[in-house]
Amino acid sequence: MKKEVSTGNIEKIIEKWKGKKGSLIMALHELQHLYGYIPQKGAEKMSTALRIPLSQIYEVITFYNLFKLKEPGKNTIAVCMGTACYLKGAPELLNELKVLLKVEEGGTTKDGLFNLDVVRCLGCCGLAPVMTINGEIFGKLKKGEIKDILAKYKKKEQK
Amino acid sequence: MNKQVIAEKPANNKVKSMVSIGASSCGIAAGAEEVYKTFADEIKKAGLDVELKKCGCLGMCSAEPLVEVAIPGKPSVIYGKVTKEIAARITADHLVKGLVLKENVFEINKGKQLKIVLRNCGVIDPESIDEYISREGYDALNKAITQMTPEAAIEELKKSGLRGRGGAGFPTWMKWSLTRASKGEIKYIICNGDEGDPGAYMDRSVLEGDPHSVLEGLIIGGFCAGASQGFFYIRAEYPLAIDRIQKAIDQAYARGFLGKNILGSKFSFDVEIRLGAGAFVCGEETSLIASIEGESGRPRQRPPYPSERGLWGKPTMINNVETLANIPVIFLRGGDWFAEIGTEKSKGTKVFAVTGKVKDSGLVEVPMGTTIREIVFDICGGIAGKKKIKAVQTGGPSGGVIPENHLDTPVDYDNLQKLGSIMGSGGMIVMDETDCMVDISKFYLGFCVDESCGKCAPCKIGGYQMLKILEKISEGKGQLSDLELLKNLCQTMQKTSFCGLGQTASNPVLSTLRYFESEYKEHIEEKKCRSHKCSGLLNYRIVEEKCKLCGLCQKNCPTEAVEGSRDKGYKIIKSKCIKCGRCYDVCRFDAVHKG
Ligand SMILES: Cc1cc2nc3c(=O)[nH]c(=O)nc-3n(C[C@H](O)[C@H](O)[C@H](O)COP(=O)(O)O)c2cc1C
Ligand code: SF4
Ligand code: SF4
Ligand code: FES
Repeated sequence: MKKEVSTGNIEKIIEKWKGKKGSLIMALHELQHLYGYIPQKGAEKMSTALRIPLSQIYEVITFYNLFKLKEPGKNTIAVCMGTACYLKGAPELLNELKVLLKVEEGGTTKDGLFNLDVVRCLGCCGLAPVMTINGEIFGKLKKGEIKDILAKYKKKEQK
Repeated sequence: MNKQVIAEKPANNKVKSMVSIGASSCGIAAGAEEVYKTFADEIKKAGLDVELKKCGCLGMCSAEPLVEVAIPGKPSVIYGKVTKEIAARITADHLVKGLVLKENVFEINKGKQLKIVLRNCGVIDPESIDEYISREGYDALNKAITQMTPEAAIEELKKSGLRGRGGAGFPTWMKWSLTRASKGEIKYIICNGDEGDPGAYMDRSVLEGDPHSVLEGLIIGGFCAGASQGFFYIRAEYPLAIDRIQKAIDQAYARGFLGKNILGSKFSFDVEIRLGAGAFVCGEETSLIASIEGESGRPRQRPPYPSERGLWGKPTMINNVETLANIPVIFLRGGDWFAEIGTEKSKGTKVFAVTGKVKDSGLVEVPMGTTIREIVFDICGGIAGKKKIKAVQTGGPSGGVIPENHLDTPVDYDNLQKLGSIMGSGGMIVMDETDCMVDISKFYLGFCVDESCGKCAPCKIGGYQMLKILEKISEGKGQLSDLELLKNLCQTMQKTSFCGLGQTASNPVLSTLRYFESEYKEHIEEKKCRSHKCSGLLNYRIVEEKCKLCGLCQKNCPTEAVEGSRDKGYKIIKSKCIKCGRCYDVCRFDAVHKG
């Protein structure tokens, strides 16, 4: 379900971080946690409440890899491209996902079901190659297993 | 040297039997939660009085989920790759009847390891402050605060010879002493838990497996430096580590190890968590400071060093997770005890995350001076499969490769540097003969170009130019003169980049050139990549004699690059082929040739 961007929610976050020094990044994290991205309305509200120019807020958002400006697909797939995963075949996994989902890195599938992201090392290198879907980790993943994993998520959606 | 292993578990003299499950991120990813549930159910069903707990990473990640079973009076047993079914059998056979399931036992090679940093990982429940306290937890803090002056404490640390584990190996006591000497009422100490090095995860394991020891180290550091506030800067990609550190902080407040007048002394100290947001450069001290201040993490001019002017302009001390985890032990056993371990200039132990083409990949803690060969072969079981080892990469994007003929080098800060690599944070990535060195150097450089903050030209533009040259070489379009050009660019980047990222980004290129120049030349002169990794030099072709005309390749090709039919036979059209390798994978008759 698409989450309505609500003023109340945003204000709660601002209230929590307001008087604290250097709290912008923490507040942005909470905002993104809530909506999956940083909605424009949220950034604007923060700018007024925390007295930080909007331009500076956007500069911060775009500097850090984890912050998103666009609403992502319902399920976020993240393929690890850290060294251990790279050596153990992550590029092939990524290729397979691109072919199956017909999207490029950072893209959302046409039906809005999946988002395909690339991340740097999830710290589970012992299980390389690793991919996560909404935070759930799939380790020692083989190319051939991806189709079935995606099917499971698609099925969930139809219910 | 015959050193007593302090982390060796005491014989289980509790009355109860105990089952501990490794439940770090890696364990959970492998199914630890499900195994835990099965044990809980089965133990209840059987009506047993067994203590069941989740603990941190036991070390050998490729064999997770790992379960340790300890029955009073008997040596404990570790099981690897435990499933629901095996968990049920362990309960029925081992816990009830005392029969060990031999075929599921996992031998962790402890012989050459010495656990100081990881002394509690996989042993205690990381969410229980009581378990930490039962293993001398917070005794060191107590000792430092009630029996020592900060100056005397720093003197003790000096004796230990501990050097920072975050990469550069700066003497820790000196950093503490410099911060202490800086003028100012307000001072800060930060734990650097950014761990941006891809392929390294020892800091995550310590934060998840033994959060209190890092926190205790941080508080002692605060006491010695005269800081009133501490921060954990942890990457947001590590949610479990963040959660466990927060719990540890809350528990420490409740017990009076944090807050006002700690343990009845005059020392007051607060701690908070701040999160990273996916920028590698934020591991660099001044960028990290900018990030905590709520800005983009671009590095700042040094000097003044953070110990003089850091967070919000105040003196600030930044220490790595592993550095801090060493602190409580040093104060408990004394600096002299610590200084006996390791080599002349590198004291203590180092935790390595051994990954890549190795059989038992995982975390290993060894005294400094252990050889790379001992780590890879004796502890981690050597190379997976029947391949030959080619090189070991240490130090991540700032490090380099160490070829096979140097594997007998004892690891310490200076030896690795002599070989053109660095200790770095402790990532150790094992490569076999199927790995291409041009590809590896392209990979690391690509990482640094992506992560460059863009503040200075040598890093941003120099790195990009080098990457373009490497791409050219990997596509078979390189010239011999490119190698000279690469070396020149490397030196320029090293000398003129603003921060450590750009200064070290060329190390992987330089070190692969140093040991594997012939491989670069092969790409350039023979247009050949012997490991078939450089897709630009890779061609797929259907071998007519072997082809059984099944048509599977045609069906599976995403770009319709396979032309032909069952009657006429099949052929791959080069210009349409994107080299995805599907035809090669699906062919059951080995009829697709790759090379
Ligand atoms: C680009 C770059 C990235 C770094 N990343 C980390 C890191 O992820 N973790 C870390 O502890 N130190 C990192 N460092 C080193 C730190 O800047 C710093 O030296 C270290 O945290 C100091 O702690 P120590 O003295 O305990 O080693 C990095 C340095 C650079 C230049
Ligand atoms: S060396 Fe790279 S990361 Fe460091 S300041 Fe320059 S551009 Fe930024
Ligand atoms: S490698 Fe991929 S694109 Fe090329 S022919 Fe085979 S299946 Fe088609
Ligand atoms: S390299 Fe993929 S989890 Fe570390």
